[in-house]
Amino acid sequence: MSALQQTTEVVDPVPGADAPHLPGQPDLVQLLTPEGERVEHPDYSLDVPDEELRGLYRDLALVRRWDVEATALQRQGELGIWASLLGQEAAQVGAGRALAEGDMAFPTYREHGVAWTRGVDPLHVMSLFRGVDMGGWDPVATRFNLYTVVIGAQCLHATGYAMGLQRDGAENATLAFLGDGATSQGEVNEALIWAATFAAPVVFFCQNNQYAISVPIERQSRVPLFQRAAGFGFPGVRVDGNDVLAVLAVTRAALAAAREGQGPTFIEAFTYRMGAHTTSDDPTRYRLASELEEWKLRDPIARLKAHLARSGIADSAFFDEVDAEGDELAARIRSGTLEMPDPAGTEIFDHVYAEQTPPLAAQRAEFVAYHASFEGVEQ
Amino acid sequence: MSTETLTIGKALNVGLRKALEDDPKVVLMGEDIGRLGGVFRITDGLQKDFGEARVVDTPLAEAGILGTAVGLAMRGYRPVCEIQFDGFVFPAYNQIVTQVAKIHARSRGRLPMPIVIRIPFGGGIGAVEHHSESPEAYFAHTAGLKVVAVSNPVDAYWGIQQAVAHPDPIVFLEPKRRYWEKAEVDRAATPGPLFASRVVRGGDDLTLLAYGPMVKTALQAAQVAAEEGRSVEVVDLRTLSPLDLEPVFESVRRTGRCIVVHEAPVSLGLGAEIAARVTETCFHSLEAPVLRVGGYDTPYPPSKLEEEYLPDLDRVLDAVDRSMGF
Repeated sequence: MSALQQTTEVVDPVPGADAPHLPGQPDLVQLLTPEGERVEHPDYSLDVPDEELRGLYRDLALVRRWDVEATALQRQGELGIWASLLGQEAAQVGAGRALAEGDMAFPTYREHGVAWTRGVDPLHVMSLFRGVDMGGWDPVATRFNLYTVVIGAQCLHATGYAMGLQRDGAENATLAFLGDGATSQGEVNEALIWAATFAAPVVFFCQNNQYAISVPIERQSRVPLFQRAAGFGFPGVRVDGNDVLAVLAVTRAALAAAREGQGPTFIEAFTYRMGAHTTSDDPTRYRLASELEEWKLRDPIARLKAHLARSGIADSAFFDEVDAEGDELAARIRSGTLEMPDPAGTEIFDHVYAEQTPPLAAQRAEFVAYHASFEGVEQ
Repeated sequence: MSTETLTIGKALNVGLRKALEDDPKVVLMGEDIGRLGGVFRITDGLQKDFGEARVVDTPLAEAGILGTAVGLAMRGYRPVCEIQFDGFVFPAYNQIVTQVAKIHARSRGRLPMPIVIRIPFGGGIGAVEHHSESPEAYFAHTAGLKVVAVSNPVDAYWGIQQAVAHPDPIVFLEPKRRYWEKAEVDRAATPGPLFASRVVRGGDDLTLLAYGPMVKTALQAAQVAAEEGRSVEVVDLRTLSPLDLEPVFESVRRTGRCIVVHEAPVSLGLGAEIAARVTETCFHSLEAPVLRVGGYDTPYPPSKLEEEYLPDLDRVLDAVDRSMGF
């Protein structure tokens, strides 16, 4: 065994386990076991009314139904690409439902579950992946920023926005989403430094889904990601990202601390991307089917369903109702996507600047004249 | 008395002070800009008077400065970011090009980005590597950004205030070797528009275009040329994106000859774009091809060689001779 391997083994987050990405770590915050058993955690209690529990299940199920429909639409040629959230529903819904109305979320391009919790119309997300726009929702009204595709860039935006909240004396916080791969980006590390030195009210919510497209977490970090926070001088916590209750509790606590002036927290939501990176990806080239099978046993929706059914909080009529609602949602998403008009060609010129420049106005006029020159011409 | 003699550096300082006074949302951010007042002292005394929340000494990371400025702008602030030297803007290049420049378009106007990126640029100060560059073409090539370059204290005083008040992101280029040049600034005057070029010396035989530190060189060249009987018109371009070329076209139609001068390498520089535009628009008026005088297509050299690299009076006059020789 080489020295490198020895060192790696010492910092392995799962001592004794064959694969370091498997849960069971003593540090993992969990309130609902994969079998659907409600457990307590000394630091994170959560008292959720039955109605809210059913609401969380509804969120998870509908978001997954949306995701399934979007993947199908891409396969049928109606979307250019789709970034599936399959397997990460609990991480996203739990984090999204922890937000207060005045908090601001800064997503990557996969946070459809958070978009759902912010009241963003799924069609406004679909339009991005269909190529109609860069995201059709209003980031100011929904307090959900537009998707940021450059990896990690939004962490600095969330930190800067949080510095603005500080200056305004606002009792709100920002929630920056990032993936495990993003933690290697310089800008993400700069955001952590900024947040720490200014004690900015920002929570970094890292969904560790084990892969940056094909490259496993072991190639991004020699330490568990949540432990990095200590080096920046603020708390880090690892939560079972497939446990919506634990994610809700941990994120609520971190946001509350940020709002109270205690500065940032780094949350590592330990989860698994059950689908491909995007519809353009082929995960069979870099991971074993057996791994996926293991994670299916920790499915975030199945465990909440088991808990609700076993505890009598929801009955089969409720689950049937949610299924039917999901089918209606999927039908609306399908028809709405197919009916989206193509944008006007002049759109490309119209929002480059708040104050249009004369040269660009001239280009726009040339564009219009060029296309007008074909009017009445037989094709 | 509203008129006083100011250096470019002091004019920027006074202009920034005015911007801070005029709008409580203005926030200055940068490395060493607070207690130290910036390495060129452009922000001297501002943190003392406006506090640490408005004149922010940031950690030493340029992407962090621009990235957090984006977030502050989303929250309604107007960040003015100082990049310490031209060559240090590149760590922030990703944020500037992929975020600052594109968020207005991405959001279809819902998220304005009123960010000013101040960059002391250009050479001639005997500095080490990365302290003498002219990166304007990278930014002028990027849709969503606007780029201006000031050449004198009057434009510095008004320009920085106009840039801060403008709704779009602006790369604001300051001619570092001219920071100590002086002029009378009338603070009660009405400033001209920010995005406009300006004829700074009239002439009939040739049109000489420059911006930033090269405006002084161009004016000196025009003076020498006049002594040789050649009447050279000098235009201070002032705005590099958008370009304001109507006054240039008007001039070239009269003179028939045009030379562009800048410190940046000539290949694919501003001069290349301007030469193309002038040729497209003034083709039948031209007596000679549009010539370019600029830096060579090399990395900026060690300071003992920078006088060979930078356009100077002789190289501009040589180009004038060549243009007149056609």
